[in-house]
Amino acid sequence: MITYTSTDHFVLLPGLLLALFGCAVLLLDFLFPKDVKGRGWLVGIALSGVGFASWQSWQQYLYLKAHSMTPLVAFNGALVLDGFALFFNGIVLASAALVMLISYRYLEDEKEHHTEYYALVLFAACGAFFLNGGLDMVTIFVGLELMAVSFYILVGFLRTDKRSNEAAMKYLLLGGFSTGFLIYGFSIFYGLTGSTNLAALATVIPARGANDPLLYLAIVTTLVGLLFKIGAAPFHMWAPDTYEGAPTTVTAFLAVASKTASFALLLRVMLVGLGTAREMWEPLLTGAAVLTLTIGNLAAISQSNVKRLLAYSSIGHAGYVLLGLIAGNQTGLIGVSIYLLTYAFSTIGAFLVLIALRRRGVAVETIEDLASLGKRYPYYALLMLLFLMSLAGLPPTAGFIGKYYIFLSLVESGKYGLAIVGALYVAVSLYYYFRLVRSMFLTESIEAQVLAPSNGVRLVLALTGIATIAMGILPEPFLRMAAISLGR
Amino acid sequence: MPNVPVPLNYYLTLSAILFMIGAAGFIIRRNIITVFMSIELMLNAVNLTFVTFSYQFRQVDGHIYSFFVMVVAAAEAAVGLAIILTVFKNRSTLTIDDVSSMKN
Repeated sequence: MITYTSTDHFVLLPGLLLALFGCAVLLLDFLFPKDVKGRGWLVGIALSGVGFASWQSWQQYLYLKAHSMTPLVAFNGALVLDGFALFFNGIVLASAALVMLISYRYLEDEKEHHTEYYALVLFAACGAFFLNGGLDMVTIFVGLELMAVSFYILVGFLRTDKRSNEAAMKYLLLGGFSTGFLIYGFSIFYGLTGSTNLAALATVIPARGANDPLLYLAIVTTLVGLLFKIGAAPFHMWAPDTYEGAPTTVTAFLAVASKTASFALLLRVMLVGLGTAREMWEPLLTGAAVLTLTIGNLAAISQSNVKRLLAYSSIGHAGYVLLGLIAGNQTGLIGVSIYLLTYAFSTIGAFLVLIALRRRGVAVETIEDLASLGKRYPYYALLMLLFLMSLAGLPPTAGFIGKYYIFLSLVESGKYGLAIVGALYVAVSLYYYFRLVRSMFLTESIEAQVLAPSNGVRLVLALTGIATIAMGILPEPFLRMAAISLGR
Repeated sequence: MPNVPVPLNYYLTLSAILFMIGAAGFIIRRNIITVFMSIELMLNAVNLTFVTFSYQFRQVDGHIYSFFVMVVAAAEAAVGLAIILTVFKNRSTLTIDDVSSMKN
């Protein structure tokens, strides 16, 4: 007997709204004229979809708060609504809204403005919701693929651009490959438990013993799939090419929404499903984290393309977040949440400066293109400096809080070696971030460009800039939000 | 003749072999379409594992999972072939090594 209860509806509704508005954008596309104004209306519809989903998520938050944050399980344990899911849903919604606001003019300039773009953003966000809240391997798999397939199209959205094609192809092939590994692991988990639920997995593992080869195989293949998705070494090779070739707005969305949702999935699988097998996956993840930090930060040094540099730095950030998970205490988990939140705003901001400058005819590709930015566009240069400081983790910006909690958790749990490695790579990252800063402020260039403002870009730059500063100076409210993600 | 069913291990070994052939094909082959087919082979190996376990447990969960895998694989193939088509249009080649303009 299949029933659809009011609890199911309440838990599902925000994701459902995103999917419905995505379909609405696709269908209404035929009704609106194919010009700038008609597309503007459709962007409005897509944004209102994010708005309704945010409103409904807020209702969910109020409900959970009134019931002392007790998780709400729906669809016979397939989907869960808890603080964790809400927190990550919030990041996804914020990034989707910001990306839609900046995409309008960007796509007009690229002459590839098709409103399917906004539908795909909504579908990707919907898929991310099922990763954040999924407890069943079927739900997780379908959510993951909904997000991934939407992103494959978004990455290749500039159809006539060779690099965009190439990026989409590489992302598609490596993404499909990693999905294969992930669900091969899931299929073995199913064989071990007789259930596709993550919670059932946790009860079976203690009985299997710590060195069961089949369990080990399942953990390793699942980890291969998950590390691919978060862009961690040694499975990071898709990230630089995809980030470089994709339209810059999509790069920002990919770096934020896809990464945070994949991290939510990783945390859910590791802590809920495999929480009792910690001694099996912790060494594997530790190795991956150290390798990720090394490759991400060392490869970033030699990059000349700014997007590629930011891609490697984003690989490095995945390493820090993994360190928080390895520390494993409450501080570490708060650190993971707050790190991903701060990373989201700083990353969107940094890519946005590249977009804003591109709109002025300075197609920012290489570091040299940023030359004398400080003189020509002092505001943009200062904002870029702010975002880079946050990504490097310098006070008083947001990034400092994230790194502070990650390192604090490592020290608290006695993992001094990892803390030292992490701190060393912060020093390395300062070097390549300040190569950009040096280029902006200390290098001369003769070109002069005419300004042409875009309100969406200005608004989002202001929002991300304010968020990056506010989180650094007044971290309390944001730390409370991160505490919600732990159900407190 | 005694009526003995095929042991479970045979199916699981077959699916593991299929999965490894798929993974090896992904890494070794240089034609984009063949690489894409290798991914499909990996997904089908997973299906076989799910159906085997599902048969063992006398459940439908695994069968249903394999249906979802098929549907998703079809969606991925639709998008994937479209992407490969645009790559071919822009470059007139289907060799992976020729489609790598972005380098460190």
